[in-house]
Amino acid sequence: MAIDTRVAPKIKHHDEEYKVIGTRPIRHDGLEKVTGEARYGSDINLPGQLHGKVLRSPHAHARIVSIDASRAEALHGVSAVITSADLPDPGDKLTTGGEAPGLPVKFKSANMLARGKVHYHGHAVAAVAATNQHIAAEALKLIDVEYEVLDPVLEVWDAMKPDAPVIIEDLYTAKADGTTAEEPSNVAAEMLYEVGDVDAGFAEADLVVDREFTFGVVHQGYVETHNATANWLKDGHLHVWCSSQGAFTIRQELADLLNHPITKIHVVPMEIGGGFGGKTTAYLEPLAALLSQQTGHPVKMAMDRADVLKATGPTPGGYVRVKMGVTNDGTITAGYANLAFDAGGYPGSVVGAGCRCVFAPYNMPNAKVEGFDVVVNKPKTHAYRAPGATHAEFASETVVDEICRTLDIDPVEFRLKNSAKEGDWQLAQPPYPRIGHIECMEAARDSAQWQTPLETAPGKKRGRGIASGFWFNIGFTSSVIAKLNSDGSVTLLEGSTDIGGTRTSVAMQFAETLGIAIEDVDPIVADTDSVGQTDVTGGSRVTFATGLAAHNAANDMKDQIAEGLADLWDVAADAITHADGTFSANGNSATVREAAGLLEEEGVFPIGKNTVTPTREGGAFAVHIADVEVDEETGKVEILRYTAVQDAGVAIYPPYVEGQMQGGVVQGVGWALNEEYVYDDDGHLLNASLLDYRMPTALDVPNIETIIVEVPNPGHPYGVRGVGEVPIVPPPAAVANAIHDATGLRMSHLPMSPPRVQAALAAQA
Amino acid sequence: MATEILSGKVHVQTTINGEQVDFLAEPRESLLEVLRDHLGLTGAKEGCNNGNCGACNVVMDGALVNSCCVLSVEAAGASIETIEGVASPEGLHPLQQSFLENAALQCGVCTPGFIVAAKALLEENPNPTEYEVRWWLAGNLCRCTGYDKIVRAVLDAAERMRAEA
Repeated sequence: MAIDTRVAPKIKHHDEEYKVIGTRPIRHDGLEKVTGEARYGSDINLPGQLHGKVLRSPHAHARIVSIDASRAEALHGVSAVITSADLPDPGDKLTTGGEAPGLPVKFKSANMLARGKVHYHGHAVAAVAATNQHIAAEALKLIDVEYEVLDPVLEVWDAMKPDAPVIIEDLYTAKADGTTAEEPSNVAAEMLYEVGDVDAGFAEADLVVDREFTFGVVHQGYVETHNATANWLKDGHLHVWCSSQGAFTIRQELADLLNHPITKIHVVPMEIGGGFGGKTTAYLEPLAALLSQQTGHPVKMAMDRADVLKATGPTPGGYVRVKMGVTNDGTITAGYANLAFDAGGYPGSVVGAGCRCVFAPYNMPNAKVEGFDVVVNKPKTHAYRAPGATHAEFASETVVDEICRTLDIDPVEFRLKNSAKEGDWQLAQPPYPRIGHIECMEAARDSAQWQTPLETAPGKKRGRGIASGFWFNIGFTSSVIAKLNSDGSVTLLEGSTDIGGTRTSVAMQFAETLGIAIEDVDPIVADTDSVGQTDVTGGSRVTFATGLAAHNAANDMKDQIAEGLADLWDVAADAITHADGTFSANGNSATVREAAGLLEEEGVFPIGKNTVTPTREGGAFAVHIADVEVDEETGKVEILRYTAVQDAGVAIYPPYVEGQMQGGVVQGVGWALNEEYVYDDDGHLLNASLLDYRMPTALDVPNIETIIVEVPNPGHPYGVRGVGEVPIVPPPAAVANAIHDATGLRMSHLPMSPPRVQAALAAQA
Repeated sequence: MATEILSGKVHVQTTINGEQVDFLAEPRESLLEVLRDHLGLTGAKEGCNNGNCGACNVVMDGALVNSCCVLSVEAAGASIETIEGVASPEGLHPLQQSFLENAALQCGVCTPGFIVAAKALLEENPNPTEYEVRWWLAGNLCRCTGYDKIVRAVLDAAERMRAEA
């Protein structure tokens, strides 16, 4: 069946009409990306450049007895070898600024280059600079490291046992009540959120469903591997070119890790080949910088795919328990959840975010959520698109489906009845502002897929599932500097690296506010010296926060143009009106283009600028519908049809909103059905390649139907809600609920891979 | 075969995008390394270096190949087409235009490989079905788009090219 999803149906819950917002221009950076001219991090080559490579631990848990690099250093073509001894001792310093302030720098530093112990298979132990990457690779084999191998701890439930080997000897649990544990353990932190009286809530319930779920580790799987090129000049200036989600964050981390003044660090954001949360932190940049300092040459480093899978930050595996109580009429009375996520080799998993999301779609009078951040012998985990929410809501949305089945209540009606809405409580947050869960659910109910009965086929096990998803989105800080050129065009410098069309979505908001055509704005992602503080491209925040900065900068420019015209027209600036891109007063009028020409003659060149840290990001809901067919022989699950509904607030740049939705769905389907780190008992990662860590191909998925719902975010002048992350949240639960519909099986582990489904089918028979 | 070993490096003569090109390469270097690091043709990307992602796709003597899995010395005497040769002086190839108009890229790092691969498909099969497009492009990984808009862009370009043929 051919389904036209080219222009998504849009369901508006507002009356605003815009000139630029909501249109479908060709993105500004598109041309160079279809011709191969766009410059990504590893496309840079500097004169005199050396190549760096990293030696990685073959063990999951071991003490480093000694490192002898003398044979490597003697190899012709090798210029330098560094170990953790070359990194400044961070002492008790905490990280400042950036995405996660207040964390011990010592953990980040030790993750850069192992200090005394290796905490996971692939942990960086030493780095080499040589004239080319082949010599660097040969040199790695000549570094002699003596290890004392220790027992690894791989899963959170093992790491939390009282007799588990302690990976970090001085790690004391930060408890939920603010105290610190007296004995070291692998539990870095505990958290507790409570509302109402959860025991009384469960006592009111007619039905209580209590289920446990487990998760494998998954990787973001961006196609571009990590890379960094550094040039440490003799006066201490450090230039870094990298593919990161945040150039300012990399600058801060370099300052923290190298004890180097921030004013001397200049980070140039190159084009970035995907990130999804995995490129929000430094891995190679500090090593390339140190190697450059030691050799006096620029040093380029790039990971190979095995390095990326072994030693960057995948998103946690772990455990989630969800218990929900309902009355027979389908009213939720209480919820309890317990989440334990693996942080990997150092503290700091995304479990807190998972706690916030686990019951977010529902208005629940009584709830209790406990979270545990647990260190295990796996790579230090990191964010992945709505981090933590996918695990949490896979569990809760599966339990909701079971409740609906048990009580024979329509899953759409159940969710509509219990949905969170404006004014309802949120876990550890102010009450919800206007949100669009109900509107998304109604749009899903009315969608072509939900309204079309599932096509049955003799001998085929087919089923349909539905699930909701929530992600809170993030504000953080963004900056824009906009320069009015004499021809009326605008050069717009922004600090947000563009991973999926945000140059255009930001520029569109600027154009709308100033009243000019989108083609007259030239958006440029600027380096850390050229634009104000801008945090990572993450948290679905760029179109929201950087878009707000662009709107504010356009208003700043409007004021400056009015002031300039006021002198020319001999009126007060506040007497000049601005509508549809035309300034008027006293019978005078000028378009932006005309005004630019007039002001040029006066030597006036307006520069609109803004730095903003908005906090009313709104929060995003999605509802997904999956139709599946389960192969009884192999356990393989095929997606037959898929609809994604999402509240975008107001969709600034709809083709790329649809693209985020479709991309999130397919990542979620990969997580649901196939993707997982496979370890042996000793903690070796066995599938560190894209053949064995198999992500969906074009052949594995159908077209993804999208429906954009617009319930404007009251916290943004154009009603924007972030759209990038929430579409990964519902797919595993929607697919799991469809598998149940097809087979009667309740799957409790992600991924629901063919062997697992096959085994479950066999056990059922 | 125009190869001559010079102090451990091999002199290779080949044709890239219609131009005769000479380069010196170590025998262990891949065609992808030579394209990117010696010849400045950085449109082909390294995503996996073992043939699983397609980001380095080029056409060699008419066959779609992963240039990371071709040794540079194998390029001797061959004719190679890279992403840099897809557009003509007159303008973009219909596939490139179609990718832009269909929003068939997000981060863009896989895009050169997809366009080179899709061009090879349409030269072999000017009227593919959606399934045939998906089958052909299964060697190219995209993590951003979910493939929907890429598949549409290829079908759309095929239609335009048939109309112009």
